[in-house]
Parts: sequence; structure tokens; C-alpha cells
Amino acid sequence: MQGQSGKSRGWALLTPALLWTLLFFMMPLLIMGTYSFWERAGMKLVRSASLANYEKFFDKTYFVGSLVNSIEVTVIVTVVSVLLAYPLAWILAERVPRRWQRMALILAILPFWTSYVVRSYSWLLVLSEGGIISNFLLDVGITADPVSFANNRGATVIGFVHFFVMLLTLTIYANLVQLPPSYRKAAADLGAGPVQSFVHIILPLTLPGIMVGAFLTFVLCIGDYITPQILGGNRELLLPQTMMLQISRRSDFPMASALAMILMLVISVVYIACARWLKLDRV
Amino acid sequence: MTVRTDLTALLRQIPAVAYALLLYGFIFLPVLVLVTFSFQESRVPVPPFDGPSLQWYQAILEDRRLMSALANSIVVALVSSAVSVILGFLAAFALARFTLPGSKFFQGLLTAPLTVSYLIIAMGLLITFNEFGVPKSLLTIGIGHVVINLPLCFAILYSQMGEHQRNVEQAARDLGANEWQVMLLISVPMLWPALFASFFLSVTFSWDEFIIAFMVSKFDVTLPVEIWSMLRSGLNPKTNAIGSLVFLFSFVIVLFLDLVVFRNRKT
Repeated sequence: MQGQSGKSRGWALLTPALLWTLLFFMMPLLIMGTYSFWERAGMKLVRSASLANYEKFFDKTYFVGSLVNSIEVTVIVTVVSVLLAYPLAWILAERVPRRWQRMALILAILPFWTSYVVRSYSWLLVLSEGGIISNFLLDVGITADPVSFANNRGATVIGFVHFFVMLLTLTIYANLVQLPPSYRKAAADLGAGPVQSFVHIILPLTLPGIMVGAFLTFVLCIGDYITPQILGGNRELLLPQTMMLQISRRSDFPMASALAMILMLVISVVYIACARWLKLDRV
Repeated sequence: MTVRTDLTALLRQIPAVAYALLLYGFIFLPVLVLVTFSFQESRVPVPPFDGPSLQWYQAILEDRRLMSALANSIVVALVSSAVSVILGFLAAFALARFTLPGSKFFQGLLTAPLTVSYLIIAMGLLITFNEFGVPKSLLTIGIGHVVINLPLCFAILYSQMGEHQRNVEQAARDLGANEWQVMLLISVPMLWPALFASFFLSVTFSWDEFIIAFMVSKFDVTLPVEIWSMLRSGLNPKTNAIGSLVFLFSFVIVLFLDLVVFRNRKT
């Protein structure tokens, strides 16, 4: 089957998927990249190359600020999510009896399967004025009037952290259960306490899992439009929001394309920075 | 073991138990609130709870737009997932069974969309469809969903095409089966669990996908996009009701996947 006819049959099988990827993934990226060097003047598209959009990006605090906001929120979310998820994954892997672990894990990521839009909306129910928390504070008597915890950066962060704690618990747990128990025993035999054994054995060995999860968190978080749009309010915009506004309010596709290219660039830089921990083919 | 060591062992568990409970609480809080207030009697889904009432579930069943969005979502999910699985399978078969020049490169190319944000894929498609004057419809949403699910199906199926299957396929070939017979009668049945898993994973991703569906649709929308436009009316028990149903539906798919498909693979 490795003859000439076999080879052409192989190509024939590969072609549909390849064509789809080239036509609907590579080509749109190239067109978007080209658009980012064009300009919108009035309602017209000026099809000549310039760096105008990129200059505009660095000139206006509106644009740069939204990127800075995005990076800040994403870094906070990633760090907080890892810090919250690691102990939970550890408890699931080490403290929960074997036969209950699967059940406990499924339970821990159950709300993962609510619709993404609905999940952010649910947090609005919890955080908004008159919502569960506001109502609780009123009942306890901490506040006299209903308070709103929505429409700010904190709400966006909570919505994100909720999603990514589940994701990271899953990836870190998967990493922890792969560790042979003999490692810890060996460390204990050689005189290491539980803390030492954690810092020198467990943590370094689970670092790849943490990094993969953290990178995934970073990419998904920085490119998300829904959570900040529903929970964050309008006072502080993140990059995906300014990008969408360029399209919906101004139909400025070239500027939106430039913002998308900048977002891709940021993600690539983070990827290269983390690359030595990210052996994605192992996942 | 004495009672005392039992007790200290138990006491040492307290921080772990407390932490786990706290986090489970955090994880479940919004879902519990969502589902509880879908049974609200009055018009706002905030305390005090004055239900239970099923009127909001009835309201969504009578909502034409919502029901047609639901139907659209199901059609798009099933069709785009089927296309993703078929294209992914053919490509995986080609790269696993034929020695083609540059096969590493093609693997990279086919899985590349996994590393790009949905938002960027959505924007690229929107601009491309505009540029070529392609009208936005369910078809364009489906095209986008194949773009995000094809790499996934390909990666899952490619990883499952091992040596064992290759030997059985070779045996069938030696016994006179042609290439199509080998593929349909040997490879497909042997890969059944992986095919099933990638199909249902694609269905859940397509079912829940918002940003692509939002950007490349116009009049016919999918369920997440319709829910999105319902949010403009603020907090509404009707949104709670449809949200709870969507959750139930996704949960059933995942449970089914876990019990039927993955259980099978282990045995």
C-alpha cells in the first residue's frame, strides 16, 4: 500500500480536512492580517498598506489601556485560580478515598457544563443589587441598603476564577494522581518532612501540569468577551470588548483586525515564554 | 488503633474538609441560585424565593424565537460535529497509515486552530465572509464550528490509531479486503469509542459556543446567542429557566459520555 497509488490515496483522504483548515482558518487569518494594515476612512475601506491602526493603538490610552486591563485581569485570574485549585486537587488526590475520587472530581467540575453565557448570568444573580449576597448582608445587618457587587473588575475576576478553578482542578489532579507514592516514601525515608517533600518533590513534579493549566487559563481568559461584558460593566473595558465595539459601533474592521493581531501577538509571546514547560503533545 | 489516634487523625482532616467544602460551595453557588430561582413565582429572580412555580418553564416553551434557536442549535451541533468527525477521521487515517512527506507539518497545521482564541477565529471568519459577500446564516455558524472541532476530532482519533489496529488492518488486507473495506469494516468498528467520544465532545462544544455563532449569524441564531439577547432585559426568571434546561441537557450528554463511552474503553 506504500506504492504510488497508495500514496495518492493517502493524499486524497487528507485533502478535505486540509482544505477546510486552509480555507476557513488560515485564509481568514491572512485576510485579517492584511486588513489590519488597511484603514477605514469615513464609511470607505482604504486598501493601501499603512501602520495607521497600530499607531492609533499606541497613541490612544483607550486602546492601550484596554490591553493593560486585560493583562492585569488575566494575570490575577490565573494566579488566584491556581492558588485555589491546587489545594483542592491535592485534597481530591490524597485525602479522598480512591473509590470516591472519581465521583468527587465529577462533582467538582459539574457546573463546568452549564452554558458559558448562563454561567456569567448566574454570577450576576449572586452579585447584583438585591442578589443573594446583598440580601444576606441586609439580613445579617451589615448593610442598611442593598449593595451591588457587579459591574466592576472584581465581578469579572470572580466569574473567571469560578470557571478556571474547575479547569485547573482537573488538570492538576490528573498530574497528582500520576505521581508514584514511592517517591514520597523515599523522601520520607531519607528524612524529609511533609513540607520538604512537598516543596522539593511534589511541587516540581506537578509543575508541568500547573503550567499547562495556567497557560490554558491565560489564553482562554484574555480572549474572552462574555464574562467581562456581562459582569464587568462599562467603566473599564478589556481588549475583547474594545475589539467588539470597533465592529458593532463603528464597523471599523481594520482597527478590529489590528487589535486581534495584537492579541495574537501577546498570546504568542506568553507561549514562547512558557514553551519549555508546555509539552502540549503530552496532554 | 486506639480511639485517641482515631480522633487526632480525624481532627487533622478538618482543614482539608473545610477547604473542600468552601470551594465546592463557591463552585456550586451560582448554579444553585440559577436553578432555584427558575422556579420563582414573581418577575425577579432575587430573594425572597416565592415559588415553586413552573410558569417560567411554560413561558420558554411558548417562546417561538427561543424554540427555533433551540432547534437551530441542535441542527448546527449535529451536522457540524458529524462533518468534524468524518474529516478528522479521514485525515487521521491518512497520516497514521500512509507515509506522506511532511506529515509532521500537516499534523501541526490541522491542530493549529486549537491554539487560537475563538474570538480571533470568529473575527477572521466574519471579515472573510464579508469580503466575499457570503451571507451570514446557520451554514456560516456551522463552518466556524467545524473549524474549532475538526482539530479536536483529528487529535483524538490520531492518538487512538495504534499498532494493534494496524496489524488487524494488514491481516484484512492480506485476506483480500480493499482499502475502503478495511477502513469501514475494520478501522471504524475498532475506533468506535474514540469516534463516539469525539462526536459528543464536538456536540457539547458547538452547543455551548457563543462568540463565533454571535459574529457570523444574522437572523437565524443558536441558543447561546438568543440567551445573550434575553440578557438585555436584565434579570429574568425566564433566563433562569432556559439556563437550567441547558445545564440539564449538557449534563445528560456528559453523563452519557462518561458512563457509556469511557466505561467501555476501560474494559
